[in-house]
Order: sequence, then structure tokens, then C-alpha cells
Amino acid sequence: MLELRDVSFSADGKEILKDINLVIEDEKFVVVTGPNGGGKSTLARVIAGIEKPDCGQILLDGEDITAWGITKRANSGISFAFQQPVRFKGVTVKDLVSLASGRKLSTEKACEYLSEVGLCAKDYIDREINSSLSGGELKRIEIATVMARKTKLTLFDEPEAGIDLWSFKNLIDVFERMHREIKGSILIISHQERILDIADEIVVISGGRISQVGPKEAVLPEIFRPDACCKYFKEV
Amino acid sequence: MLSDIIKNLLSEVAGLQSIPTAGAFNIRSNGKSAGRNSTDTIQIVPKENGSGIDIYVKSGTKDESVHIPALVTETDLHDVVYNDFHIGEGADVTIVAGCGIHNCGCGISQHDGIHRFFVGKNAKIKYIEKHIGEGDGHGQNIINPQTHIIAEENSYVEMDTVQLKGVDSTKRISSAKLAAGATVVIKEKIKTHGKQYAETSFDVDLDGEGSSAKLISRSVARDNSRQLFRSKLSGNQACYGHSECDAIIMDHGIVAAEPEIIANNVDATLIHEAAIGKIAGEQLTKLMTLGLTEQEAEAQIINGFLK
Repeated sequence: MLELRDVSFSADGKEILKDINLVIEDEKFVVVTGPNGGGKSTLARVIAGIEKPDCGQILLDGEDITAWGITKRANSGISFAFQQPVRFKGVTVKDLVSLASGRKLSTEKACEYLSEVGLCAKDYIDREINSSLSGGELKRIEIATVMARKTKLTLFDEPEAGIDLWSFKNLIDVFERMHREIKGSILIISHQERILDIADEIVVISGGRISQVGPKEAVLPEIFRPDACCKYFKEV
Repeated sequence: MLSDIIKNLLSEVAGLQSIPTAGAFNIRSNGKSAGRNSTDTIQIVPKENGSGIDIYVKSGTKDESVHIPALVTETDLHDVVYNDFHIGEGADVTIVAGCGIHNCGCGISQHDGIHRFFVGKNAKIKYIEKHIGEGDGHGQNIINPQTHIIAEENSYVEMDTVQLKGVDSTKRISSAKLAAGATVVIKEKIKTHGKQYAETSFDVDLDGEGSSAKLISRSVARDNSRQLFRSKLSGNQACYGHSECDAIIMDHGIVAAEPEIIANNVDATLIHEAAIGKIAGEQLTKLMTLGLTEQEAEAQIINGFLK
């Protein structure tokens, strides 16, 4: 279980997150949504240890991890899929998936992860993660790396952004399969209605604060109210 | 009987565990021949003035290799050697050269290997060159290789050159003249540290129609080391030339790139790309989110970059 208590974060004199209190229960599928610039990505980065909160506490299974760095959090079971995946000259897809899994993977095993995200494994396994790969290809490799980690908490920052010809349904299938097989918690930052629709819980962040949180059945109707002041979700 | 030092250098430079019992090879140790063998198809002949060797590869020779490592284990030694490779038409061979220095003294140990390649029509060679330095003395290890290639019609030359440790100073000069349809691909990997200095110079003349050249340099400069990359591609016919210099700088390392591309023909296509910078913070962050420490992430990025 992950818990955030009164977490605030500011950058360049501007408050990005204000007094965030949130609990992610084990095996829950949580989607964080809200308007652009509202603090969603920062929340995920704070959980992963990439950003340090100004105040507040972060607890993982009851242990205070607020002071822990990125590596220690990763090794304690937190994975993070970047919104804009990083390129590496010389590092191959197989290298990265092996690093993610924490062991030297056979080509066959590495190929399994790539196949799950719709990439023809033999065409990609030895490719360098460089500018020869498209944004959509990189995004799917990014998803494969966090799948290979099989951790108890996986964070996805706008996984749908840049997904190219691969159908959206496949992306949903990947999340559902991960949720079913790994039995960890999944936190996805997304604007997409179809991703919101498979959530157990939805968190709405706006202006750095949590404005709504609760089961999908309770929150979705609020988001889609005809008189809702801000429509930030996207229909697929 | 080879000493452990020589055995280790042989292994590092040429992948040989001892002096071979077959195949074509010439092992040079402290300026003298330590072993030589010719085959029916690859003849190694010492030059009359003793300054080096001529290697003759018969036309049509396929899937054979020749090893010619040079080793220096004495301090205060400046070894200069001139080796000429005559590759017959249609041959397809691998040449493994390179130099290893073990300097335990206070003087300079230096090896200058000047290699010329005369590559016949339709011939194909892969030239592998690895340079290393070691030893716990205070003397400098210096390696100044030169590689000059004359590539005849439709020949293909691939050169892989690597220097990853222990060479205090190097000036690496390479040139190529390409006839019609000839191709040269040069891949260079260099890592410097401490106060080391590495200078690379490529000068390629694309003289024949349809000739092409690709120069790829990847390097890492850390501590207070310095590197200079120079490349000059001259397109004198309808041809294609591409040079690429990628460098990672760390600590107080310095890398300079001085590319020059000259199109002397309206149908010449020449490209140069250069990128010099430190390891991107987001690369470290990504690998740390996979559970690597910052130091492990840095090592992974550099190893991949120079792989």
C-alpha cells in the first residue's frame, strides 16, 4: 500500500502540489486525471523519487520512504514509465529489458515482453534505443520495460501519448493483463475515457490539489456532468 | 617461452593466447620479430631494410585472417614499423593488428605503426585494430598509428579501431583514396582519462563515381583528458560521404571536433554530424528507476555507447 500524507511540492517559487493526501491500496487500478498543468506528472515523479517533496510523507507498506532516492524506491517495488521515453546510443532494446528485469534475459524471454506490446520482437531486440526508433516504438518499449519489472506498484505517465498504429484496445489489454498477472497496484496518469473506464478508483487533480477521489462509479459521472466547468478528458 | 606480460598483451590486443602454430601471423615484440608464419595464400615478407613487413594476399583468397600485433614492454623504446598490405583482386580477409604497451619504467614507451593498404578490385577486408597501454611505472605510453588506404574499383574496407585504456598520448592519422564503387567504413572508439590526449584525423578522397565513405567516431573523455577529432571528406565525383562524431564529456574532459566536407562535384553528397555533451540527466534517471545506482547507470551508458 502506498500512502501520501500532506505532500507538497514547489518549483521556481510556484506550488505544483499542495497538501496531497492519497492512499493506493494493494492490487488497485487507479487512474489520475485532471487538466494539463494540474500536477499529475509531478505527483508520479514524487512517488518515484525523481522529485523531492517540500513537506509531507510518503509511506510504502507502512515504511516512510520520503527520504529514499530513486534507486532504493525502484528496488523496493516502484516502477515508472516515462511520458517521453529516453533514448540511449549503443544500448539495445534487449539490454534495457534485461536491466529492467534485473537479470540477464534470454532472447526468447525478452521477445515475449516485446510481443506483448505489439512489437515484432526479432525486428527490435537488437536495435539501439536511439533516434532511429519512432516515438510510438519507444513508448511501447518503455511499457515493456516496466512489465519486465513485475513490481508491486507501477506508475504510467500518459501511456497513451504517442502510441501510433498499435490499437488503443491492445494498450488496455496490456494494463488489464498486468493487473491480473502481476497482482500489483497500477497508477496511470491519463486523460483517456477508455482508460478511466477500467479504473477501480479515479483521482482528479486540479491546481495542484486533489479535487475528487473515489470509485469510478462515483467520480466518472461527476467528470462528465454537462455543466462540468472544464472538460479535460478525451474520447477515443 | 612467452612471459605472462606478453601473453596478456597478446590476448588483449589480438585475442591470441600464445604464438599460433598455424595461419598467417607476424608478432613484433620490442621492435623485433617474435614469430612469423606465411600460408599458401598469405605471404609475409620482411622488408629489405628491416623497417617492417609486406603482406601479400593472393587474389581470390577467401575467409582467411592474418594477425600482426606489435608489443612493447621496454621503457625508453621508440619502435617505428612500416607494414604494407597488398590485397589481391577478389580476396576476402580479416586483418587483426593493434599494439599493446606495458611500461613499468620512467621513460617513454612508444610505438608508431604506419600501415598502407593496397586493396585490389572487388576485394574485401576487415581491419581490426586495438590499442592498449598498461604498467605501473611513471613513464608515458604513446601510440601513433597511421593507416593509409588505396581502394581500387568496387573494393570494400571496414576498419574497427579501439583504444579504451592506458595510452597517454595518441595521434591517429588515417587516409583513404577511393576508386569507382569502392567503400570504406571506419568505426573508432576512444576513451581517455587522467591527463591523456587523443587526436584523430581522417582524410578521405572520394575519387571514383559511386564511391562511399562512412566515418563513425564515438568517444568518452573524463578527468582532465583531451581529445581532438578532425575529419575531411572530399567528394570529387558522384559519391556519398558521411562522418559522425559523438562524444561524452565527464569531469573536466575536453573534446573538440573539426569537421570539413568539400563537395568538388555537384553530384557529391556529404554529411557531417557531431554531438558533444555530458550524459543526459534523464538517461541516468531512467536507469535508476530500473534499480541501478547512479554509478551503475553511468557505467551502463558508457559501456553501451562504446560497445
